[in-house]
Amino acid sequence: MASPAVLLLLVFFVIPVVLAFGLAFTSARLVSPTPPRFVGLRNFAMLAEDPVFLRSVLNTFAFAAVVVPVQAGLALGLALLVNGRFRGTNFFRTVYFIPVVTSMVVVSIVWTFLYQKDGLLNRIIDAVTFGLVQGPDWLNDPSTSLAAIIFMSVWQGAGFHMIIWLAGLQTIPADLYEAASIDGVSRWTRFRFVTWPGLRATRTFVLITITISAFSLFTQVNVMTQGGPLDSTTTLVYQAVRSGYQQQQTAYASAISLVFFVLVLIVSLVQRYLTREKD
Amino acid sequence: MNARTRRLAAVSLVAVTATAVLAGCGGADGGSDAEGGVLKLWTHNAGNAAEYDVVEKVVNDFNASQTTYKVEIEAFPQGSYNDAVVASSSSKKLPCILDVDGPNVPNWAWGGYLAPLELAGGEVPVEDQLPSTVGKYQDKVYAFGFYDVALTMFARKSVLDEHGIRVPTWDKPWTRAEFASALADLKAGGKFEHPLEMGTGGSGEWWPYAYSPQLQSFGGDLVDRSSYKTAEGALNGPEALDWAKWFRSLVTDGHMAQKSGSSPNDDFLNGKSAIEWDGSWDAAKNVEKLGEDLLILPPVDFGKGPKIGGASWQWAMSANCAKPEGARAFLEFTRKTKYFTEFAKATGTIPATDAAAAQIPGYEPGGRYESLVQSARDFAVVRPVTPAYPYIASVFEKTAKDVVAGADPKSALDEAVKQIDANLKLNDFYAD
Repeated sequence: MASPAVLLLLVFFVIPVVLAFGLAFTSARLVSPTPPRFVGLRNFAMLAEDPVFLRSVLNTFAFAAVVVPVQAGLALGLALLVNGRFRGTNFFRTVYFIPVVTSMVVVSIVWTFLYQKDGLLNRIIDAVTFGLVQGPDWLNDPSTSLAAIIFMSVWQGAGFHMIIWLAGLQTIPADLYEAASIDGVSRWTRFRFVTWPGLRATRTFVLITITISAFSLFTQVNVMTQGGPLDSTTTLVYQAVRSGYQQQQTAYASAISLVFFVLVLIVSLVQRYLTREKD
Repeated sequence: MNARTRRLAAVSLVAVTATAVLAGCGGADGGSDAEGGVLKLWTHNAGNAAEYDVVEKVVNDFNASQTTYKVEIEAFPQGSYNDAVVASSSSKKLPCILDVDGPNVPNWAWGGYLAPLELAGGEVPVEDQLPSTVGKYQDKVYAFGFYDVALTMFARKSVLDEHGIRVPTWDKPWTRAEFASALADLKAGGKFEHPLEMGTGGSGEWWPYAYSPQLQSFGGDLVDRSSYKTAEGALNGPEALDWAKWFRSLVTDGHMAQKSGSSPNDDFLNGKSAIEWDGSWDAAKNVEKLGEDLLILPPVDFGKGPKIGGASWQWAMSANCAKPEGARAFLEFTRKTKYFTEFAKATGTIPATDAAAAQIPGYEPGGRYESLVQSARDFAVVRPVTPAYPYIASVFEKTAKDVVAGADPKSALDEAVKQIDANLKLNDFYAD
């Protein structure tokens, strides 16, 4: 029964991945009159000396390092808020989920306007501080551009992981909570010893999915900043697409993808190891 | 339905589907069915109704004029057009006739996408065209366009008069110093936060198209055109450095936004900026809104004369076309003054020949837009004629954006040269 799925995986995943890895060791170009030839590690040697590539690695890790804990935490907070039985639960669940079902391109375009120098965000800052604080030109200032993209991405993605946390929360047996309330524990103790242990499996899932999606940051950058200003928002995937398509360097882009794959693999393995069943 | 019929039905369904899939795979080269003589034509004009209508008209005229061949149009949105061509070329499924953006002609010719053209049979001789509308690579013609566009500066006469600024003419354009003081006066006037609008919010080909002519007017260039083997000296020499410093100073002096809004032309029309660096495609709209107050100005002379970019969309024939005679017949058929006129009229662009220009209101000698034609003839520099152009363009875009954002001009330009030179060397200088 698995054969159609296996076939599809083979055609659209395994073969392209193997091809990409193979291409990384050749001189393949997108447009070229000559067939590719094997060049060994040349592309990787070039990567090591490419300042934009190194900056992309750094930015990608910085993005993930902030987004993973903040987005997971925020999503958990939202899930706890809308997990209660009160009027309007569904309303709030929907509201928090709306950004997720909106296309990332659309979200990025709208936020580009919000982040403009005379955009809504700076107007709010101006109004709240009675004109004392002047907001920066968020996306055009190298010191704020990555932070601006991080903030927007967390806002956009939190709703999705809220739903997953919510699913996890609802698997925790109600009698545990009843027992806890009979014992008269505080809200914190209840969270610490009932909710948190009950979310073990969910936690691992959320951690790994957020990490992987954070590493593949691309759309926001492509729409909002194109890697600029001064490489402050360039990422691995963005560079792979830019060198592969715009610059027609298929082999070089494949090398970037291979490095990207290895990095994500290492991080995921470390996470798997750290979140393993300890007994 | 009994079991046998059901099985038969299932088998035929599979067979039909398989045939359809196979046919779909093999059919795009346009020449596989020998009798029909169908020629596929690809254009980037989906979503661009005015130009598409003319393409359709030309094709219908051609199909009605003879019975041997039938041209079929397939239109793509401009944004994904190049990707479609590159993708179908790698699977050898290019259509017989396709359009191509001028600066990409050398890249596609080198890559073996395009076939050289013999256009002697057309009504309009190739020599009559603006040089920038003929796509050449290694002395062979690979493409030709019906029109070109020109960069120009738009301004309001009333605004310049109010600030006591001389209106430049084609014989006496603004010099660098004059332009600087004009901007300073406009800024000092207090009406404009950023007096100059150069469309710095754009991206992609706009960057090399709009700003490399200014670099050339300073005396620099994207690459050394004597050999096409290095960018050393052209893109990082003293002239280029001078250009980079000037470009950045527009931002630091508050004359231009580091990243302008998403619709620069509307900002100009609404009075947010005083001078706009823009393409001739907005000329008609601006005249309509501002009437006599609109000035169409020559580019600034930064030392080596005013410069603008040349070459727009052009038509070509693919190298793997199974019916080259048919494609050639079609391309020659299109070379009538009538079509040159209609394309330029529909798109608001500069017609590629004088004969066509004479028939378009405004573009005739003495007309409102005559200066644009003059500009395309006298100031146009085609983008570097090398298969490396897409790479060079991408590096230049990033470098210019970095410079505007405040990168050290010297090291930014040196890095760009390093990358371009490495790419040229890696590809054996794009030899065939």
